[in-house]
Amino acid sequence: MALVDFYIYACRAWLGFVLPYPWAWILSQVTMILVFTAVLLVMLAFLLLFDRKVWAAVQMRRGPNVVGAFGLLQSFADFFKFMFKEPIIPSGANKGLFLFAPFLTLTLALAAWAVVPVADGWVFADINVGVLYLLAISSLGVYGTIIGGWASNSKYAFLSALRAAAQMVSYEVSIGFVIVTVLLFAGSMNLSDIVRAQTHGWFAFSILLPMFAVFFISALAETQRPPFDLLEAESELVAGFMVEYSSTPYLLFMIGEYVNIVLMCALMTIFFLGGWLPPVAIWPLTAVPGIFWFLLKLVFLFFLVAMVKAFVPRYRYDQLMRLGWKVFLPLSLAWVVLTAGWVMLFGRGTM
Amino acid sequence: MKTLRRIVRQATLWEFVTGFFLALRYFFAPKATVNYPYERGPLSPRFRGEHALRRYESGEERCISCKLCEAVCPAQAITIEGGPRADDGSRRTVRYEIDMTKCIYCGFCQEACPVDAIVEGPNFEFSTETREELFFDKSKLLDNGDRWESEISRNIAKDAPYR
Repeated sequence: MALVDFYIYACRAWLGFVLPYPWAWILSQVTMILVFTAVLLVMLAFLLLFDRKVWAAVQMRRGPNVVGAFGLLQSFADFFKFMFKEPIIPSGANKGLFLFAPFLTLTLALAAWAVVPVADGWVFADINVGVLYLLAISSLGVYGTIIGGWASNSKYAFLSALRAAAQMVSYEVSIGFVIVTVLLFAGSMNLSDIVRAQTHGWFAFSILLPMFAVFFISALAETQRPPFDLLEAESELVAGFMVEYSSTPYLLFMIGEYVNIVLMCALMTIFFLGGWLPPVAIWPLTAVPGIFWFLLKLVFLFFLVAMVKAFVPRYRYDQLMRLGWKVFLPLSLAWVVLTAGWVMLFGRGTM
Repeated sequence: MKTLRRIVRQATLWEFVTGFFLALRYFFAPKATVNYPYERGPLSPRFRGEHALRRYESGEERCISCKLCEAVCPAQAITIEGGPRADDGSRRTVRYEIDMTKCIYCGFCQEACPVDAIVEGPNFEFSTETREELFFDKSKLLDNGDRWESEISRNIAKDAPYR
């Protein structure tokens, strides 16, 4: 299976001379994970800049353009700024949990990438329950928020953490049902198989199109992106449950948030836009490496996410809850039944 | 019919689609911002920036230590000590200090000055790394006057018809 396996075999063959097999296996895996994480985080740095640039462009501003050409190094400058700031821990805070929460958030956000196939065969864990793993990991993400808000020993942070948890849990429900419709169409919980099931047409161009919209909007709410960022609401409040955080712990929270957003874009790519598959399976397009198509779709979705931030006003908390429970939940539930009927009548996959 | 239209509009996210394309139009619109360190916006001749103490063309300092500016300063940022000058006994300032961290840039000092000695020039880029550097003394203010004299005198001439 392509590059990843080739790398592992090569690593083991080379290391096999000097190390016993288990150690060679562990070492090859660890180096690969580190390389993947590094690439992901560097990509994230540029996506962060892209986000700010898009936002600025819609408001007819220039956005960051001083650090490096076109401001390309802005995220790295911000990174070092956060690193060198003084981390302040509130006197009444539970120190251990206070510092543990951001690590938890970032680790869980990164851990979810283990099952994401970025191209055919380019996946760490090609497991059959990939979707279940994703649901489990993203549900655990709530703990980072709750622990961070509670350990700050600030009532504002705590109230905000409760709201954040309610928001994330509410939208996970509709996300779950949307994923069920995709599973019905694909007939597999393996993310790579879900992409392969879209060889003859992406799920976005089937009766699942409304579910794509529901998933997109739910993903915004799940990751607390605008217009559902009423917890941090930078123009009115300060930073929600992160209000007591500064320096590196805050940086970890922020990176974790963006990793989650990019993860959601990756999932939408896999579930609805055919992952690494080219738009149409004709020659010059099929010759392009799958990772290129994957990244192209991912960046396009991220562009949409960034645009939404620019032109949609922020929702009120009751509107947010109404949308989640009274619109998306019945809609996605009905669509599960509809999709199941469709699959019974016309078979799996697109027409 | 009306309800049907409303339902269709909501189900197709019509508002959001039109909003998206409106935002996209502004996305490609020319930027409204001035690219500051490289481009600058116009400044009025009345702009009140960094302070300066001016001299006459002969090189004699204008300030006669009347302390009107010190009296009028609402932030009490100006401190003056006056006395006769050693060589000719004329009334001059011994100390003339402005605490730029207190100053609110109201321009009352230059309004009060009978000899146009203390003025606020067009310079607004005098940030410093330490607080102490913002306590301007007499030599610093006279230096500013020498450096910005051409701009200051031009601005005063431009504004004179309206005074």
